Order: sequence, then structure tokens, then C-alpha cells
Amino acid sequence: MVRRFAIPAALMLVASPLAGQDHAGMDHGQMDHSGHVMPESPMSPGSGDEPGDAPPPPVPTDFPGMRFFPAERMTAARAAMVKEMDFNTFALQVDRLEYRAGKGGDGFGWEGQAWYGGDIDRIVVASEGEGTFGERAERIELSAYWRHALDPWFNLQLGVRQDFRPDPQRSYALVGIEGLAPYWFEIGGQLLVSDKGDLHARGKAGYQQRITQSLVLEPEAEVDFAFQDVPELAVGAGFERIELGARLRYERNRSLAPYLGVNWERKLGETARLARASGEGASGVSAVFGIRAMF
Amino acid sequence: MTPHDTFDRSLLERRRFLALGGALAGSLGLAGAVPVWARSGTSGIRHASNASGVLSGNSIALQIGESHFATGGRSGHAVTVNGTLPAPLLRLREGQTVRIAVTNHLKVQSSIHWHGLLVPFQMDGVPGVSFPGIDPGETFVYEFPLTHSGTFWYHSHSGMQEAEGLFGPIVIDPADADPIACDREHVLVLSDWSPIHPHEQMRRLKMQGGYFNRQRQTLSGLLAGKDQSLADRLAWAQMRMDATDISDVTGSTYSFLINGHGQAENWTGLFRPGEKVRLRVINASSMTNFNFRVPGLPLTVVAADGNPVQPVETDEVQIAIAETYDFIVEPGTAESYGVIAEAIDRSGQVRATLAQRPGLIAETPRLRARPVLTMRDMGMDMSGMEMGEDGAIDLSKPAETSMSGHSMSMRDPSVAPGVKMGPGVATLSPMPVDRLADRPTGLEAVDHRVLTYADLRARKTNPDPRVPSRQVDVHLTANMERYMWSMDGKAMSENPDPIPFRLGERVRVNLVNDTMMPHPIHLHGHFFELVSGEPGHRARKHTVNVLPGGKVSFDLTADAEGDWAFHCHMLLHMHAGMMRVVTVRREGQG
Repeated sequence: MVRRFAIPAALMLVASPLAGQDHAGMDHGQMDHSGHVMPESPMSPGSGDEPGDAPPPPVPTDFPGMRFFPAERMTAARAAMVKEMDFNTFALQVDRLEYRAGKGGDGFGWEGQAWYGGDIDRIVVASEGEGTFGERAERIELSAYWRHALDPWFNLQLGVRQDFRPDPQRSYALVGIEGLAPYWFEIGGQLLVSDKGDLHARGKAGYQQRITQSLVLEPEAEVDFAFQDVPELAVGAGFERIELGARLRYERNRSLAPYLGVNWERKLGETARLARASGEGASGVSAVFGIRAMF
Repeated sequence: MTPHDTFDRSLLERRRFLALGGALAGSLGLAGAVPVWARSGTSGIRHASNASGVLSGNSIALQIGESHFATGGRSGHAVTVNGTLPAPLLRLREGQTVRIAVTNHLKVQSSIHWHGLLVPFQMDGVPGVSFPGIDPGETFVYEFPLTHSGTFWYHSHSGMQEAEGLFGPIVIDPADADPIACDREHVLVLSDWSPIHPHEQMRRLKMQGGYFNRQRQTLSGLLAGKDQSLADRLAWAQMRMDATDISDVTGSTYSFLINGHGQAENWTGLFRPGEKVRLRVINASSMTNFNFRVPGLPLTVVAADGNPVQPVETDEVQIAIAETYDFIVEPGTAESYGVIAEAIDRSGQVRATLAQRPGLIAETPRLRARPVLTMRDMGMDMSGMEMGEDGAIDLSKPAETSMSGHSMSMRDPSVAPGVKMGPGVATLSPMPVDRLADRPTGLEAVDHRVLTYADLRARKTNPDPRVPSRQVDVHLTANMERYMWSMDGKAMSENPDPIPFRLGERVRVNLVNDTMMPHPIHLHGHFFELVSGEPGHRARKHTVNVLPGGKVSFDLTADAEGDWAFHCHMLLHMHAGMMRVVTVRREGQG
């Protein structure tokens, strides 16, 4: 039995984070401002101090420094200055690396990314996963994508994801949107197409609630959705899985912050039924402790 | 005896004095009007080599090198001149021509820019704009005439060496008698010092815009009734704007210094009761605007950015990065007075002491509450807005359209047609107002006098009475979350077109701050007049702090041919792209 959902629904899911992004302010002005430069200088005390409207001179093409210094040195110095200001950097951000204590046995979980690049374009390698000690890991995901800033708040993701677990391994092409929604919600959505042709979506949301300068409560949610049954992965069409967590971290030092929290995960719909049928639990709650790191 | 002989002799005397009383913490004014620039054996310069404090004469040699610096429990690598932080005081005289040979002992390129001095552009010291820079091992000889007098400073314009300690004061004495009479002078160089390299600061800010802000609004603050109301917090959160984003790099990593001395090292300048003491104050910080005051003593402002102003008495002055102010204070009979430089985000402060004798420690006032930004800092004129009770603004209601129908969107491109929109422009001020007469950020409500730019009137008549023939708008643009900074939406790394001027033309430049942070904007090679009050005696400056969401206009006579740097003097902002090249060419050339 293989069901399929319409693709437009998937696009809507991914596009939904974008919906909020242009509500940056209160767009009450309906008047046409084109050509309206700026308010006149209010400090001009009366007439006689208003600037004229002479045209600006053309932009020159010469480089006067070359009259005094070797041209190649001046050119190299200008290039060096511009390049130095094009700030590319590397960062490693571990959002969570944690021990999970639960009824079904203790386990572990992680989520993080490393990136290199500038403000607009970055190469990102991200990973998340989880497992139970003494067993094969449930989920090991590694993705690599190009992250491109679309507007002040949102980024496009284009790349691939490799799932080393569960078995059988799957490779996906990935397109996503991530960003900061109004009210400081961190949200993201990804569409994934596997090398076998199955289509999935993932949505994420999180929020940083500062309780004090050093104490931060971070609730997070992650939802997976399948557009069709994938029997090999024991996934049924529809919502596959939801994960809700709340972590309270002590961030005296931004680079390394320990946390405590709770993580609840539940398989949904047909996926849950398949799990129960194979004798696995469909849900699990665990107490977690770990570290968040930023290097 | 020439004045230079006097200085040399005083230097010798000072050296002898230091040799005798080397353990004294502080600097001592010698008899008469001889100014003193001195540092003593504090932990701040313990690891730097001994070097003289004052350099004068027609031929000066500066050695740029690496040092170690420590203050208040923090220590790290520093880049220094002649082994000291701050660099030596250059005390020169108007009318002389000075040759300054600068040798770079670093492993990377370096440079020195003479901040506020009107020099030929090829001597201005900006690599890639005015000259090629000074390569490792190279000596570059600057040579220029000193055409004006006042308090100025010098710093590296390479990498971010200025943040690592490469800055020092310059005092140019007038060719004739100084119209600013005093019995004693002290030079005070304010700075911020972090053991974290500025590149690493930048990297962390790119990871998280609020990385160094340890004074954000919190839930416990809300419950305690602090800061914004819940309604205001929600309104600001909806716009993704942080009302506590006052400084990017803060006291969480900075130690604040006066003449290289932290709080514990207590830089001390001496006075005798009844003297008129001139304080030449330079903000040489890389990222810190300071609130400057001497509790108990009024400050009489006598010069701004080196240019004499009509004396105006006040109690507190916000000195933006790269600005200099000269004050006259007249200490009374108290044994000591605290000189307080407080970071504008109140994440820290430093106290120096004016004392009748060494060894006294003046009282340090408590840090005041961190300011919270308001709608005015967003570039929203309050006059057209519906005000709720307690002055809060109801953002859910449309603004009155009395302000000629301006949009209240925080990102309406039509208010700034010259700005390239993109990820680096988070907001555009919908209704920027002239804020030259506003008290600066965080000093709006203090219960004593605070200097505003509108209080400054030039002592001498402005040299160019012409009305500008045209005007040009420059928008200061940013995205704090991404830590992107630019002018007109374009970063310097995009190699944007320069801002062109004709030689000799008079132009009004309108700076519009589309960000929530003040930006000290500096134009090299020129002074400009702030457009405030009647023309004729407008204040002449090289740096002007544009308040958040506000607007500043200045009139410029483009009388210095060549290429000049024009940038925000917040070092990381400049480095991130809030910079342009300004060209001045003869008509028909270039």
C-alpha cells in the first residue's frame, strides 16, 4: 500500500516559514514614496541655507595614490583591503550533545553544525542523531548544503543528506528554508527526495527564553513527514515522528554551556502502527543532560 | 630658547623624576604650563619596554612592534609603538613640518593614520586608499606640514591593530599664543582592551549578534518590573529588534582604560587647588563610546575634535569613538576628584584620579542602569504616533498620517531609494529626525547637564560661508543579527563606487542612521560643519556620532584633492563594511 500526497502541500509546508518574514514593521503607509528622497533638513534655520540641486560629479576612474607610489603596490593594497573586509570564517556550533535517561534504556543524542563562509554564502555540514547504548544507533544523519541568505532573516539550504541509520541507508537531495521569524522564533523546513524517489519533509522550531543573563530555557520541536509509505524504513505516509524538547542551560560562558532537560519523542500515524507491530515502542520520554558548545 | 628646547628639557626632567620616584602610580604635572604625558610602572605596561612618553621636534621615529599587555587580571598580545600602550604623545607645533619615520617590526603590514590632521592625502596612512601600507621590516617616512593646532590622535589603519593597542595622542600647539588659557594640562586617552583578538571578536559576533551582550532583557527582569513592559517587548520582538543592543563588544571582555591604566592602576593627574586644568580627552577605543564626567566639577568644553569652540559648561559629555574634546576644569579644595569614563552600555567603567598628591584614589560612582532603546532610536518620529498611557506606543494602531504620509514600515525601500536592499539591511528608519540637539543614548534622563552637538559653536567664524550647491544622502545600514554593516546597503568588500566630490565644492552630506546603534562617522582629510543653529559659527568636526534611527547633516568644503577614507569608527563596523572611499578631484579630471 503506497499512498501519495500532492506536491503542492509539500511546497506549502516549506514555504510557510517565509510567510512571516515581511512583517518586519507596520506597513500602514499606502502612499507612493517613489522619488521622495528624505525629509528636508529640519535644522536649516530659515531660508538661505537650503542646498542647491547641482548634479554630482562623475565617479572618477583614476587612482591618485599611483602618482606617488608604484601602481602595482597601490592596486595590491586596495585588493588586500577589500579582501580583508570580506570576512570569511569557520564556526563549529554544537546545539546539543547529550545523555538521555529513559525507561527503554539510556541513550544519547546530538545535533550540530560546522560552517565556513561569509554573510551571504556558507558551506554547512550538519549532523543529528540518536541511539540507545548497547544497540545500533536509531538515527544518524549527515547533511552538507549551501546556505544562502535570502533576506535579512531567512536562508535557503540546498544540498544533500545521507542517513547512515536507519537501515537501509538512504541518500537525499535537500532543499530548505531556515531563519528567524517574528518574535524571535527560530524556524526551518526542509524537503528531502531520496535516491529511491521517496519524498519527505521536516519542520523545526525553537525559541530561546532568557530567564536570567545566564539561564536560558530552550523549547524545541521537530516534525518529520512522509509523502508516501516507505516500507523498507518502516515509515507510513503522513506524519512520521514528532520530537519535543525543553532544555534549560546555564550559559555563563557562551562557548560551553551545560544543560538539563526533557526530551519526548513519538512516532505518529502509520509509522507508529508499524513500530508497534514490530514490537518497538512508539514513544519515549527521557531526561537529558549535555552541553551546548560554540567554537 | 625655542619651545622645542623647553619640551626636550621637560622630558629630561620628567625622566629624572620618574627615575627618582619610579614606584609612583600616576603622572605628575611639572611646574607652569608644561603639559605632561607620563605613565608609571603599573601592571598595565609592566611588560612593555621603557620608552619616553613625549616625542617632539621635526624628526621623529616610531617603531611598531609586538608587546604584551596586562590590566585588571586580563592579559594578552598587543601591538604598540615604541613599546608602549598608548603610543607616545607627539607634541608638535603649528607651522612646523614634521618627518615621522615609521618602522614596522610586525610580521604583517601596518600603517599609521594621523586622525584629524589635515595632511596631503598620500600622507594620510590608509593602505589601499592613500598609500600602499608599510610592509614588514619597511620604514615609511611621513612628511607633512602642520597647518592647524589642537588635540588629535594617531592609530593604525591596518588589520584591526588599533584594537590591539596601536593608538596614541597628538597635541599641536598653536603657532601663536594659545587662546585657551590654563595652568596645567593633562592628556587622557580613553580606550578599551580585550585579550580576545578583534578578528575573533568579529567571528563570535557573526555566530551570534548578541554574543558579548550580558545585559539583555530577561524573564526575571520582566517579573521584577524592569526594562520594557510586556507589550513593548512583544512589539519589539515582533520586529526582531533588541532594545538592549547598545554596544557590540562590551565589558564582558573589555577592560576600560585611561592612559593605559585600568581601574585598579588608577591613572592619576595632579593639580593644585584653584588651577585651571585643561583636559585633552581622546576616545581611542575600538568599539566603546564613553560617558565622560568628573563628579563634583563642571566641565567647560573649549574644543571639539581639535577645533576651539565657544566655551560651554556642562556636567557630562558622551565622547564617541575617535572624537576628542578639550575641557577646562577648576578643581577646588577637595584632595581628589574622580575622572569617570563609563561605557555607554554601562557594562563597565574606569576611574582615574585628579589629585593634589600621588597615591590618592578618588571615589567611583556606581554604574548606572543600562539604557533601553526607544521608538526614536528606530527612526520613528513620536509626534505623529498614537501614544498609549505611560508614553508607550501602541504599535497595533496605524500612525497618524500627519507626517506627510510616511510609511511606518521598518523596511520600506521608498524611504531610501539609494540603498541596495538585501540581507544586510534589516531596517530602514521610516522617519529619521535630526538628532544633533538630542542628548545621546543613555543620557536622556540623567539629572545634570549633558552636552549635545547643538551646544557646540565654533570659536572662529566658519571659513566657507557658501550655501552648499548640492546634497548627498548616505544611509548607515546594518543587520545586527547577521552582524553585517554597510553604507547604502553595500559593504566595502563589494568594492562600491566612491562618493565623488569636486575640488572646492561645498556639499551637504546627510547621514541617516538606519540602525539601532550610534555610529561615529569619520571623514579623513577634512573638517566639516555640523548643520545645527545659525550658519557662521557651526561646530567643525572630523567625526560625528549619528544617534540611532536619527539623522545628521554636515556641510563639507571638499578642499583636499585626493582619495580619502570615510567610515564608521566602530572598528568592527568599518571592517565589516561600513566604509567608503571619498574622491576629491578638480572639475574635468579623473
